Amino acid sequence: MKDKSYISKRKFMEELRRYENGSVTRRHFLGVTGLGTATAIMAGALPGLSPSRALASSDIGDRVVLATWPNYHDPENFEIFTDQTGAFTQVNVFGSNEEMLAKLQAGGSGWDVYVPTNYTITTYVEEDLIEPLDLSKLPNYDPDAFDARFADAGIVDGVVYAVPKNWGTTGIASNTSHNGGAAIDSWKSFFDRTMDDFSGRTMVHDYQLTTIGAALNYHGYSFNSVDEAELADAEKLLIEVKPHLFAITSDYQPAMRSGDAWLTICWTGDGKQLNTDIPEIAFALGKEGGELWSDYYAIPKGAPHMEAAYALINFMLDPEVNAREVLAHGYPVADSRTNALLPEEILNDPILYPAAERLDALEFGAAATLTDPNRAELLARFKSA
Amino acid sequence: MTARERNWLLVAPAGAWLLVMLVLPLSVVVIFSFGERAPAGGWVPAFTFEQYANLPARFTAFKNTLTLAPLGTLAALIIAYPLAYQLAVRTDPKWKTILLVLVIVPFWTSILIRSYAWIFILGGQGLPALLDVFGLGDVRLIYTPFAVTVGIVYGYLPLMVFPIYVALDRLDKRLLEASSDLGARPFTTFLRVTLPMSTSGIATGCMLVFILLMGEFLIPALLGGGKVFFVGNALVDLFLQSRNWAFGSAVAVMLILVMLVTVTVYMRLISRLSATREDVSIM
Repeated sequence: MKDKSYISKRKFMEELRRYENGSVTRRHFLGVTGLGTATAIMAGALPGLSPSRALASSDIGDRVVLATWPNYHDPENFEIFTDQTGAFTQVNVFGSNEEMLAKLQAGGSGWDVYVPTNYTITTYVEEDLIEPLDLSKLPNYDPDAFDARFADAGIVDGVVYAVPKNWGTTGIASNTSHNGGAAIDSWKSFFDRTMDDFSGRTMVHDYQLTTIGAALNYHGYSFNSVDEAELADAEKLLIEVKPHLFAITSDYQPAMRSGDAWLTICWTGDGKQLNTDIPEIAFALGKEGGELWSDYYAIPKGAPHMEAAYALINFMLDPEVNAREVLAHGYPVADSRTNALLPEEILNDPILYPAAERLDALEFGAAATLTDPNRAELLARFKSA
Repeated sequence: MTARERNWLLVAPAGAWLLVMLVLPLSVVVIFSFGERAPAGGWVPAFTFEQYANLPARFTAFKNTLTLAPLGTLAALIIAYPLAYQLAVRTDPKWKTILLVLVIVPFWTSILIRSYAWIFILGGQGLPALLDVFGLGDVRLIYTPFAVTVGIVYGYLPLMVFPIYVALDRLDKRLLEASSDLGARPFTTFLRVTLPMSTSGIATGCMLVFILLMGEFLIPALLGGGKVFFVGNALVDLFLQSRNWAFGSAVAVMLILVMLVTVTVYMRLISRLSATREDVSIM
């Protein structure tokens, strides 16, 4: 006699493919294939097999929507999170803080968790777009474990709105084989060489903070300046340099890898990823200065899956999970518990963890740059010039 | 119910459609264009012409669009016409359907992915590397206006092929024989019979491609490397980056005005060209 609930081999493989493609959740997969029931029975018999986290028993819904940056997570961690909680992480990738803010201001983003950078958080608080965090739901958050320099921006008027994810720098990636083996390590030579022997080989970000900041550093001004005369100098330089640029883009890895471009403004993790795969590509901080930044996990006001949002942030703050993230994306963390789990060569890596005195020349982005209309207009004029 | 009332009732669905789909969204854009940017971005009500006074700051974007959109349309026409002609006039009917489907097949994939493919084809390790083999070293293709034009032609070709194909397919082949019997050479026949009879297809195709190109932003962003800036890119930046909805709306209103003028002039020109012919209608 045939059992109606029996699943054929073929159907099982189809379901497995669908699950692998991400078109069905693990919960659906386990349900239709009967593996869920089997696991539950076995888990009952063998306690060691059952998921160890307390979260597994609570129902947080079947999904959590995360707005984040490119190349910034270990996909395996999301799978583990789904295994433990049943919630699937839907990842939306963004190109700039301005874009994230624009989406939240327009309303109905549908996000549960997002990853704002230090200098934007006060604006989110003023605009009432960010949820104050209930720390009792984030047992893995230990304020004492974090380097205050990279955790402070998440606290506004004594209220914790965001908890630290990663920090990093904005520097220069150069293909040293076109420079006699030496890295380009100042904004002065970044722009001067672009107008000379690197003409047609340089990229700058499509992002006001770093591109205008680099041009300001060239002149010896603050990375964050909103002074009109200083911005005018920066604009003059950018317009002069524009004909010599290969591209204005924040997606600069492909052109660096193909060898079409030799020089670019670059974030820590991209620099690490490029250097690991192509050792001729070096990452250096600009001598004059540059950006030091810190990204945070936060929950937008009106997040549709609030419980899942807390669960995901708490999961990501688990030192073991966080250490896997670092190994995947190459951005440093400010959490001493996570650093204790990282291999020595990562902690001594000059790209990931530069010497403390090198960081002193760098500046955190200032909130004013996010909302300053002149900086936004300047970048638009530069792009349309 | 009087006849008059009944007429109003019958017009109501169309009227409601126009109101919701056209009048309301356009009014929002116009109202926004007289407002101001909120301090952190967004919009606050005001009545100022400041946004319109600031329009010259986007002059280059309009210039680029108004240069590359007609150029791209023309290039698409030059490439699409022989293809449509071949399909409609020369191809054995049993192959027609399959060849037509092949023209549409690329449309089944996202334009984003198709444009990304061109980044690799036009990038340093693609075509330029091949040209280098033939001694044409150091050619820069990617992130140039040329790359954008290639992307435009590639992306919009089917929209140009189909209207021309339809026009040529309807062409009575006996007219071509008659022309030949009366002593015209093939080229003369093409110029005096085939081409005039396909004017409607050309006009429709050019209109479709041109209008869509005026709002294009993806192809210039991907293949222009952020250096070839269209009005579409200016709008994306204003709404998604600098969050200046008021100025963005003014740019949008300006774009609509420019389009209205261009398209009106174009329609006039076409209808004058075909004024003497009763069998040719536009759109």
